[in-house]
This record gives sequence, structure tokens and C-alpha cells, in this order.
Amino acid sequence: MSAVLFFIAAIGAITGAIGVVTLRNPFYSVLALAFHLVSLAALFLLLRAEFVAAAQVIVYAGAVMVLYVFVVAYVGAGETLSSGGVLKVLGPLFALALAVELCIAMLGAGLKGVSSRGAPYVPGFGTPAHIGKLFLTTYLFPFESASILLLVAAVGAIMLARRRRGLEAEEQEIDEFLIRTPRPSYTGTMAEGGGVRPTPQDEPLHPEVRRADTGERVATASEAAGSEHQGGW
Amino acid sequence: MAIGWFLVVSAMIFCIGAGGVLVRRNPLVILLCLELMLNGANLALVAFARMWGTESGQIFALIVMVVAACEVTVGLGLVVAIYRRRLPIDVDELNELQG
Repeated sequence: MSAVLFFIAAIGAITGAIGVVTLRNPFYSVLALAFHLVSLAALFLLLRAEFVAAAQVIVYAGAVMVLYVFVVAYVGAGETLSSGGVLKVLGPLFALALAVELCIAMLGAGLKGVSSRGAPYVPGFGTPAHIGKLFLTTYLFPFESASILLLVAAVGAIMLARRRRGLEAEEQEIDEFLIRTPRPSYTGTMAEGGGVRPTPQDEPLHPEVRRADTGERVATASEAAGSEHQGGW
Repeated sequence: MAIGWFLVVSAMIFCIGAGGVLVRRNPLVILLCLELMLNGANLALVAFARMWGTESGQIFALIVMVVAACEVTVGLGLVVAIYRRRLPIDVDELNELQG
């Protein structure tokens, strides 16, 4: 029974891992990783690590994956990039060589414990009570430094991802530049719509407008100036 | 199941993750592949904890999870910052730290 469960969970974990690497869309990669993490939690349960399995499902497959999904939704899938040239060939070769080396190391080690089913099971192995006791006694220092590390990471992420003042100022500058760009007269600006028409003396006409029909435009311009003096609307 | 089987699975997951880090160019997917490598190491740690019958390996696995969460937070913060600055989200073009 445990063998069947092991093979189901192991095949799920490995297919999930392959899916993360091979799927083109980052969103599907994130979903494949969630599947992989749940399968891995099943493997942890088979190794009698109940608390680690629960933390894996809640923290990893829950919180971290939600963070990933949010960022993928914010950034967008983007171009589905994969590396070109040398790494595309060398990457899988390196992975294969690493796998072969690790298998040789494991098979050639001749460790007796590796081929056994592990130490005899004691009741309460891997339960939250045991893990908590170890965290607060033997491993107190790693526990505290992990909490400080989490704090530092949270502050760092906020610092990195917040809206920069420099960037905003740059955007405002661009907007102001667009507003102050001199527009050619008689091209339907909002000021003209409100009846404020620049005279040709104030502002030279746009070269294209002048080229099209010079006389008429200038005449209307002077007319408009005259009507404005009479108090149009 | 013998402990060796779990170690073989963990080695395969680690190698798939390492290959993915080398092959993919999207920083988001590279972070996902780093997660794969960390999970492979986690599985080996928990398997050895089962082999020895002590919980120390599980403690290490939990600490690795904390470190992975920190790494993901900072990495995703960087990705969001890159996106805000309208830079290409491509690790081959983002090869300068300044600017």
C-alpha cells in the first residue's frame, strides 16, 4: 500500500517539476509547481513528517503560490522566453550529468541505512509537539534567526517593490512637457474651443496650415481678434 | 519503501530544477526552478531524518522553507521593480546591477 502511494506521489512530484521547466506560460508553471508541492507533501507524510507536510501545504502551496500568482497576474505572462544558443544545449546536459553523478554516488555509497526502511517508528515522531519542543530548546537560535530573516525579507521586499519617488517625478515631468508644448493655432485646441484665439502676431501659424491656404486663415484670424474685442462670448 | 527511493526522487527533482535555472530566461520561472531545487534538498533532509529516527532533519527542512519564502519575497519584489521601470523581464538583458 505504501509502495503504491509512494509511486503515485513520486510520479506526481516529478511530472510537476518537469511541467514547471517545460511549460511556456509562467502562469501554468506556477500551477505545475503547486501540484508538485502537494505531491511532495504526500511524500513527506509517507516519511512520517506530519508537521512538515502540513507546513508545506499551508505555507508553500498556500501562501507562496498566492504571491506568485499575484505577481504573474500583475506583470503579465510576458514573452515566453527560453534561453538561446549555448545554454539551451548545455543546460539539459549539465542536469543529466548531475543526475548521473548523484545516482552513482547513491548506488556506490553502500550505506546500509539507505537501503533500509529507516529507524523503528516511535509514537509521536514528527508531530507538532516534538517539533515545537526541539525548536524552543535545541534549535532556539536557528528559530530566532529565521524570524529575523523573515522580517528583513519583508522590509526588503517593500523597499524594492514600492513606488519610487524618483520614477513618479519623471512621469510628472513628461506630462508637464506634453502640456507646455506649443501647439499650432487653429488645430482645434481646447483654448480655441473656448473662444480664445491667438492672433497671428502672437503666435506663428503651423507651417503646414500656412502652406495649405495662407490668405483665408489669416483673414479669419484677424476677424476672430476683432470679434473678441467686441466681446463675443 | 526503502529510504533510497526517496533519495532518488529528491535527486531527480533537484536536477530538473538545476536544468530549468540554466535553460529558462524569465526571472519568474527561474525563481520557480530554485524552489524546485530547494524542495529536492528538503525531501532528502526529511528522508534522512526518517532514516535516523530523529527530528533534526525536519527542523532543517522547516528552516529551508523559511529561507525559500524570504528568497521568493525578495525575488518577486525585484521582478515587480523591474516591471515598474519598464525594463525587459529577461535575465540575459538584465546583466547590470546599476541603473
